[in-house]
Amino acid sequence: MSGRDSILGAVRRSLQRRPDDGAAAAVAARLGEHPRGPVPQRGQLQGEALLALFVAQAEGVAATVARVAEAAEVPAAVADYLKGVNLPPKLRMAPHPDLQSLPWKERAPLLEIAEGRAEAEDAVSVTTAFAGVAETGTLVLHSGPQSPTTLNFLPETHVVVLRADQVVGAYEEAWDRLRAAGEGLPRTVNFVTGPSRTGDIEQQIQLGAHGPRRLHVVLVGDGRASA
Amino acid sequence: MQSTSHAFKDNAHRALGDPELQRAMGHVRSGFIDKRLDAIGKLPEFEELRDRAKAIKDHTLAHLDLYLERYEAKVTENGGKVHWCADAEEARQAVLRICRSLGAKTVTKGKSMVSEEIALNDFLQEQGIEPVETDLGEYIIQIRHEPPSHIIAPAVHVTKEQVEADFRRVHGHLPPERPLSEPTQLVSEAREVLRQRYLEADVGITGANFLIAETGSSVIVTNEGNGDLTQTLPKAHIVIASLEKVVPTLEDASSILRVLARSATGQEFSAYTTFSTGPRRRDDPDGPGEYHVILLDNGRSSMLGTEFEEMLRCIRCGACMNHCPVYHAVGGHAYGWVYPGPMGAVLTPSLIGVHEAGHLPNASTFCGRCESVCPMRIPLPKMMRHWREREFELHQSPAKARVGVELWAFFAKRPRLYRLATGLAIGLLGRLGRRRGRFSSLPLAGGWTAHRELPAPAGRSFQALWAERNQGKDRA
Repeated sequence: MSGRDSILGAVRRSLQRRPDDGAAAAVAARLGEHPRGPVPQRGQLQGEALLALFVAQAEGVAATVARVAEAAEVPAAVADYLKGVNLPPKLRMAPHPDLQSLPWKERAPLLEIAEGRAEAEDAVSVTTAFAGVAETGTLVLHSGPQSPTTLNFLPETHVVVLRADQVVGAYEEAWDRLRAAGEGLPRTVNFVTGPSRTGDIEQQIQLGAHGPRRLHVVLVGDGRASA
Repeated sequence: MQSTSHAFKDNAHRALGDPELQRAMGHVRSGFIDKRLDAIGKLPEFEELRDRAKAIKDHTLAHLDLYLERYEAKVTENGGKVHWCADAEEARQAVLRICRSLGAKTVTKGKSMVSEEIALNDFLQEQGIEPVETDLGEYIIQIRHEPPSHIIAPAVHVTKEQVEADFRRVHGHLPPERPLSEPTQLVSEAREVLRQRYLEADVGITGANFLIAETGSSVIVTNEGNGDLTQTLPKAHIVIASLEKVVPTLEDASSILRVLARSATGQEFSAYTTFSTGPRRRDDPDGPGEYHVILLDNGRSSMLGTEFEEMLRCIRCGACMNHCPVYHAVGGHAYGWVYPGPMGAVLTPSLIGVHEAGHLPNASTFCGRCESVCPMRIPLPKMMRHWREREFELHQSPAKARVGVELWAFFAKRPRLYRLATGLAIGLLGRLGRRRGRFSSLPLAGGWTAHRELPAPAGRSFQALWAERNQGKDRA
């Protein structure tokens, strides 16, 4: 008997499983309906209030947020941010059409931009996000040809461009949007809540353990778009 | 790992006399308890979410065979492979086969208690494969050649001065005069040193906080981002998980995630929660080329349907040990195996036998704080009582304790005799201790009086006082 069969057999014996006990139907129903548990009231907001919660929660976990009215302002916002934290104007950008279509040359001529996955020497990355979850100030990112996962973890500084209409209240809403976006999950879905941190030395929180020391969100648009 | 649980009493004795450990353990008290209270205070739905989390796990465990089958089917569909392993040896061999097939020389590892359970590091080392722990706490204990002392803060027993000394010893290639006394300097140094290891590694091994049947995903929850670098950069990602980690859907995982970090570190959400589904896809620019899940039973299937089944709801948050007065006093190493504190006192005898770990369920005052903070509402004190009963039935308890309990039982079954005997004893002790009000030594009570004085009884038993009081009431 294979390891699989003997383990499943042991589980079934312990559960006293009978073939016709209706369990399979219960399991199929739960998987099909994927019912929600209690969703915190906190995130059940609309428009500007929802964005304000996202910003407050993200800042509460040491992320920084800059708000711009429209996408064309993103390049200057990124350049300003790098200058503000004393970083050279050089970055690795996700090969995503939403980023590629921005007026980088016109609005941020000094920025040196390379595209692709992150390499060890990259200090700054710029990516899109799939969603922002206001409940805890969490960014939802996923892998794919236009969004390499290494960009989320290797560079010391990670800049995320998030549209206001991508901000939702609760994790469950992000899952619904991801289910609607395609067949099955991408290889990696990252829920990112603030920069990397550790408390492993005497329970004192230090930022930048292995992932980014800095997480900066450029939030594009206002509450009207997300309502 | 080799257990020293049988030596709990000696271990605990040594721990109590270890000033460095006692200083380090002070951070547990301050570091976790207040933060948890603060985090749950901000979420009015917390209790409701605890009920939901418990119900999800109860449902899953009752249908575990079916969810495991579904989980495996989904992993396979996404191009991954599930390796079913009945015990630690099968799991080690499965990991080795994968490493050999890739010609692996080094593997990086995210924090995994199941990997400690199967003693994977020592085994890989013997096979000529170098395991590199990347979680800062795990890295610290790896270079100290120690086991973890806490399930989410494995180096909680180590002071920063000790970490500095260890880094100076192991990182010999760095300038000896560098400043290294501050936690931020220590964290930066670990970051630099480990960065190179991520890039060199052939295989990355992580644990899993959840396995999701709906999608075939494994989930890790971390703060450092080490687990993500570990699983993204090498040729293969191996997930080591025990079979009770499965939950039905993404929504179910989300509900439990809402209680996990709040109970563990007192964060509203950990920095990184990562859902991994199969190997990299054809057009992905990065990610592991292979995805394997080592699905370990190691005794869990035989806990189902027993009085210990509820322990399988555990999500390894560590709240029970963070709030345990015994854990605070002796630290995690005294428990002698992978899982310390109240959850360890229940789980360890299940996994390695009550003969080896029978002391652990006795190391409790039954104060009940563990159960009151457990996000999954696991009745830990009740289960420790079950183990004590088992131990008694197996005639494992020490002779003195057995005779004592049997003597007490003899009297307890004969209420008149009991009242007479306790009345006499209390009266006698009361008269003997009247002058000082306490005893500093007493025959048969040396275990108590060696460390503290025994207050002298008032001279009358509670039952006698109670009877008198009620009589008074009747008359009134």
